Amino acid sequence: MRGAALEILQPGPLALVEDLGRPGLCHLGVTRSGAADRRSHTLANRLVGNPDDRATVEVTLGGFAALVRGTGQDAVTIVVTGADSEPTVNGVPVGTNSVHHARPGDVISLAPPRAGLRSYLAVRGGFDVAPALGSRSYDVLSGIGPPPLQRGDVLPIGEPGAAFPELDQAPVAAVAEDVLELRVVPGPRDDWFADPDILVRTNWQVTSRSDRVGTRLIGTALEYRRPERQLPSEGATRGAIQVPPNGLPVILGPDHPVTGGYPVVGVLVDHDIDQVAQARPGQTARLHWSRPRRRSGGIAS
Amino acid sequence: MKAMHTGGLNSVLDYGDRALLLTFDGTTEVLTWTDALRAAGLPGVVDIVPAARTVLLKLAASRYQASTRQQLTQVRPRIAAAAESVGRADIVIDVTYDGEDLADVARLTGLTPDEIVTAHTGRCWRVGFSGFAPGFAYLVGGDERLSVPRKSDPRTKVPVGSVGLAGDFSGIYPRESPGGWQLIGRTAAVMWDLDRDGPALLTPGMWVQFRAVSS
Repeated sequence: MRGAALEILQPGPLALVEDLGRPGLCHLGVTRSGAADRRSHTLANRLVGNPDDRATVEVTLGGFAALVRGTGQDAVTIVVTGADSEPTVNGVPVGTNSVHHARPGDVISLAPPRAGLRSYLAVRGGFDVAPALGSRSYDVLSGIGPPPLQRGDVLPIGEPGAAFPELDQAPVAAVAEDVLELRVVPGPRDDWFADPDILVRTNWQVTSRSDRVGTRLIGTALEYRRPERQLPSEGATRGAIQVPPNGLPVILGPDHPVTGGYPVVGVLVDHDIDQVAQARPGQTARLHWSRPRRRSGGIAS
Repeated sequence: MKAMHTGGLNSVLDYGDRALLLTFDGTTEVLTWTDALRAAGLPGVVDIVPAARTVLLKLAASRYQASTRQQLTQVRPRIAAAAESVGRADIVIDVTYDGEDLADVARLTGLTPDEIVTAHTGRCWRVGFSGFAPGFAYLVGGDERLSVPRKSDPRTKVPVGSVGLAGDFSGIYPRESPGGWQLIGRTAAVMWDLDRDGPALLTPGMWVQFRAVSS
């Protein structure tokens, strides 16, 4: 539909334009960023028949409403994935992971989810805002990308790709409501800790001081083997579990700095990282080594 | 089976299931290997992140982890002769040397403030790698006498354009941020500008000449 757009009526606590980020720019000190729950974001694009590179809106804790604008009567194809925000079009529930259509003048609303943290609103054609350094993702730490959405912002909808939506609804496991069980590859710096197994013996709690830079856990503090020792900064990834001097782990999120100077006791297996993006403050997380730790830490070649 | 590596690579550690962390004794080895890894074009490597003692290889998928580990045994870095920097500046950075930590650096190095300035400007530095923030370049290869530890009490606010020293590195803060480097001066040069063609002023490999100017 020509001239189609979404006008933001209410952004909620935080609504961001995100895509799969800007990989390959570490030489500029720029981190990849991108959707925190990549699986849900990717599913949203697939369900509306978008190519993988289109941008969605990442809605944190609901409270979001937007008006469909455009000329003519053609409908916009939409879907909401991730945390179940009980999405509605003009007050009529449409369901999560379920493709629907909205016409100019319709209002799309996402409520605060009962479980999980982040929902992804995709439209067929994607949101066509100006990219920065090749991506439409907003990086909360560096401020690169389209700024957090505010009332009155208008998001143009792009031209659809060649593919058509094939599924009306995706059977996807619901976001975990209670304990998160996460698998961790040991190291590379587990040997920096007096007792790294505290990581897997503790029932951690997600704190509210968590954001796209990192998910902060509280529980039993891990002690450094040698507290006076400083680790030279080294490259890091999403899902790495950094432990600062206070001993409380931080699971790095998509907007983590390119390098970090706190030892990484373990790194979440890739498959489990998206679950962290749905972790709510107060939720319990249990971590498990994905394989036995080596005595010397990591695996030396 | 222990794989053998050459040229200063100490170990290859699993970094989760989608990355590998290569460790080295020093930054010189890091940079030599970074050049070799870029040239090797290993399939599945989506980013190469050098730092002071390590190189992180980020992979496209977990299925590349074992094969990349194997391919690393075939990489042969060229140990180039130490590059000469005389007359090779790619950029000149004007600095007013009135940093708050000049006196501390003098005490730590045994140099007078004037000698610190002469040492900092007397030889070109080279951009080793970036990290910490967009546009923050770690400069290597400067006068060895300028090697100083970070501040024991970092600042909550370092002004944009601050020129500092930490360990074997020099660097310039691209924006106001917390920081623990020893500040020796300031520059008006813009380290990071998203709207500029080439948003980072300093990119890996560039030779940087500092020049003392009055404010």
